[in-house]
Amino acid sequence: MLEARPLREPRKCCPDVIGAIGDTPLVELKRLSPKEGVRLFAKLEFYSPTGSVKDRVAKSMMERAEAEGAIQPGQRVIEPTSGNTGISLALICRLKGYPFTAVMPENVTEERTAMLRMHGAEIVYSEGAKGSNGAVEMALDMAEQDPSLYMPYQYGNPANPDAHYYGTAQEIIDDLGDVTAFVAGLGTGGTLMGNGRRLKEHDPGTKIVAAEPLQGEDVQGLRSLDDGFIPPIIDISVLDRKILVSNRDGIIWTRKLFEEEGIFAGVSSGAIASVAVRIANELDEGNVVFLVADDGNKYLSAGLWTKSIDELEAVDSTVWW
Amino acid sequence: MPVPVRIPTPLRRFTGDRAEVSVTAADLSSLLERLFEECPGLRGQLLGEDRKLRSFVNIYVNDEDVRVQQGLETGVASGDTVVILPAMAGGGACACAP
Repeated sequence: MLEARPLREPRKCCPDVIGAIGDTPLVELKRLSPKEGVRLFAKLEFYSPTGSVKDRVAKSMMERAEAEGAIQPGQRVIEPTSGNTGISLALICRLKGYPFTAVMPENVTEERTAMLRMHGAEIVYSEGAKGSNGAVEMALDMAEQDPSLYMPYQYGNPANPDAHYYGTAQEIIDDLGDVTAFVAGLGTGGTLMGNGRRLKEHDPGTKIVAAEPLQGEDVQGLRSLDDGFIPPIIDISVLDRKILVSNRDGIIWTRKLFEEEGIFAGVSSGAIASVAVRIANELDEGNVVFLVADDGNKYLSAGLWTKSIDELEAVDSTVWW
Repeated sequence: MPVPVRIPTPLRRFTGDRAEVSVTAADLSSLLERLFEECPGLRGQLLGEDRKLRSFVNIYVNDEDVRVQQGLETGVASGDTVVILPAMAGGGACACAP
């Protein structure tokens, strides 16, 4: 006679969709691992209310602001964001009753704009050629001119890396244990700083590897190097390696991730996967974990999934991640 | 054998508009000195008065940021690539719809 047994461990119900953020799956990638003895794992952050790792960051920043009394009920929130953080903040702010304005470069995919508007966000566009730097500059300026605005400022807010220190990294330690190398994209720096610190506390031998986008020629259109920007939360000493990935490689590997492992991810994930496999190739054994920040839906309109690499015009001049 | 050094768009006015300058050297420090001999205007753009790499500039040897390697003492060999890039904030994609 078959014995009834639970299929899974019961877990508590989430009080609302914000409560469903975190606790994402860590999936082993047996097909993409380059050699036996080296295990490759992807942490799938698109298992989240708005479909990206930024849900953790937005939740952490807003909850901390409330706990510290930094924001008043109904206060307008403004943030420089190239998309994912904006969408996360738009959802969370709407549920918590804060009007929200996203400042972003004008050359974003239509999916991101649509999702922001759907969540009730107001959008202010900064100059496309200036990229994320331009959006940061504009938002900082707006917040300075208008004290009624609250800006979480993901680039400088410790609640950003803390979301990973207390959340993402702890989940990896709980699920897997030992991590030989952790690979993530370098954007605001939150993922690498938060995970880096927590994973090294658990095991000082863990290598923290940053994957960085190689910006194409047109995107480099800054007047001078002084227009550059380094997010305040980045502490380079936490990193063991920082590796450039071309848009082309990012696209190729994003497709590999989908074709070989069935993971439908965004372009940053492919780029990060390529670095994770490179690191895995250098090891004799160990666990290499990398972060999949979002899924592939937002890149549909850019032709990422439908066109050949050669067809994708001016691949190098597009900011993909 | 010379090593190709990729120059970012904002600095090409110092290289006679060249996107790439080939230099022979065994480490990054010497490579930069030779580069500056050929393109003197680059020195002030890349190095501060303390002769250290300015904070908004990144240099990559074989796609690896030298700040997370041996800095300006990072070795360079024939067959390597060197890329100079301005530091830019990332944080998400803005893909231009074709």
